[in-house]
Amino acid sequence: MKVQIDAQLCQGHGRCYDLAPDLFGEDDEGYATLTALTADGIVPEGREGDIRLAAANCPESAVLVLEEALNDRR
Amino acid sequence: MTVDDRFTDSPFQKADPAELTRFEVMDGPVSDWATDFSHMDEQYAENAHEIWDDLRGRCPIAHTERFGGAWLPTRYEDVQAIAYDTEHFTSRAIIVGNYRPPLDLAPVGGVPPISSDPPFHHDARKLLLPAFTKANVAKQEVTTREFCHSLINAFEGRDLVDAATEYAMHIPIRVIADMLGFPTEDTPRFKVFVENALEGINRSPEEREASTEVLFTYLLEQVRDHIDNPRDDLTTYLINAELYGQKLAPQHVVGTMALLLIAGIDTTWSAIGASLWHLAKNPEDRKRLVEEPALRATAVEEFLRAYAPVTMARLVKEDVELGGVEMKKEDWVLLPFPAANRDPEKFERADEVVIDREVNRHAAFGLGIHRCAGSHLARMELRVALDVWLDRIPEFSLAEGAPMRWSTGQIRGPRMLPITIG
Repeated sequence: MKVQIDAQLCQGHGRCYDLAPDLFGEDDEGYATLTALTADGIVPEGREGDIRLAAANCPESAVLVLEEALNDRR
Repeated sequence: MTVDDRFTDSPFQKADPAELTRFEVMDGPVSDWATDFSHMDEQYAENAHEIWDDLRGRCPIAHTERFGGAWLPTRYEDVQAIAYDTEHFTSRAIIVGNYRPPLDLAPVGGVPPISSDPPFHHDARKLLLPAFTKANVAKQEVTTREFCHSLINAFEGRDLVDAATEYAMHIPIRVIADMLGFPTEDTPRFKVFVENALEGINRSPEEREASTEVLFTYLLEQVRDHIDNPRDDLTTYLINAELYGQKLAPQHVVGTMALLLIAGIDTTWSAIGASLWHLAKNPEDRKRLVEEPALRATAVEEFLRAYAPVTMARLVKEDVELGGVEMKKEDWVLLPFPAANRDPEKFERADEVVIDREVNRHAAFGLGIHRCAGSHLARMELRVALDVWLDRIPEFSLAEGAPMRWSTGQIRGPRMLPITIG
């Protein structure tokens, strides 16, 4: 699974870094960022659920989840 | 040292009466919510959820001839579309009233950046965002918690309190006074400023202007005091802030201070009050949150969805067809985020309060470029306020037979909330 923040859509609501503060962070203006754990958009194993929950709570739908069926169904 | 002479004269500018478009005040009873709604009506304050549900089923965009003509969408989809569409809708005025401000107030507006349009909006907002990040507002948490405890200490020996005026209201007032660097003893005046700005919209333009002038005069005194005695707070920050290589216009400084003072108070007061109201009348939810503090953050999001306090407004910039209606240039459009939050097309069990709702893409803080800049601050205050209350007063209920009142206008929340402790 991969994750991205769509910077055009993100308005800094902060639901992602509220729900998963180790997987998402905030920049100096409150816009969402990825963190060391999600660098390059790679989701750590076992954290797929947290990523999906953050995405499902983003009011602007700015957390983009790219499912990779193979890795995901293990 | 150069003298800052921007604030020698009052930045308050009286509008040229010839440039104001005035409308007859229509404050009689509502005949039909679909064609004659009024968000200033006590019925609307009391039964907003039922009214929105009814309108969503049969309109879904209601209209009124009041205020010179206004629209009220009720579906999430329509509210979202308007919030995102800055081409057809302007934020030049964001509180519906009986007169429209002059066209040339755009793109800055009276209280930037909430009243600003792109591209100016982006730059004015950028100045404010760093002060309101989650990390920065967390610095206020300890003092906010202490302050909440002090409010509850004052309940000692009483079994009947007004949670709206003796608890919820004081929290955002104190927090914003601290952030702006205003004297604590001035805080009783803030409630009056807020009421004048948000609830007095059926008063005459002259009366409304006079109360705005009182507010601006107060803010100007604070600015001058901060110029003489600079300190580490938002007022000094705004006085020194620069945009496009220049210090901000005095109207911008004072307008933004007015925004920070007004927007942070009624809204958070309402959210805290509505959450306590829900818990006071739903003992199962109350007991669960007392026993499971870890669930409180999730519950706060559900309270924000179900009792979102803030309805914003826009003016139509160019004629546009939306949701099956023809909106004309200069019509008002209300943006009831709380109605969007109860749209069953968007939320399962939309009309129920589900305190452990995990997926909750609510729009309590708005959508798009005007997302509430203070949302992280509001969340911190709401969480701390509920935390302290639930830990200190685990047993409470609505006082039987005592009057309870919801505010009219664009900010909805309890203004009287008698609670029995124990």
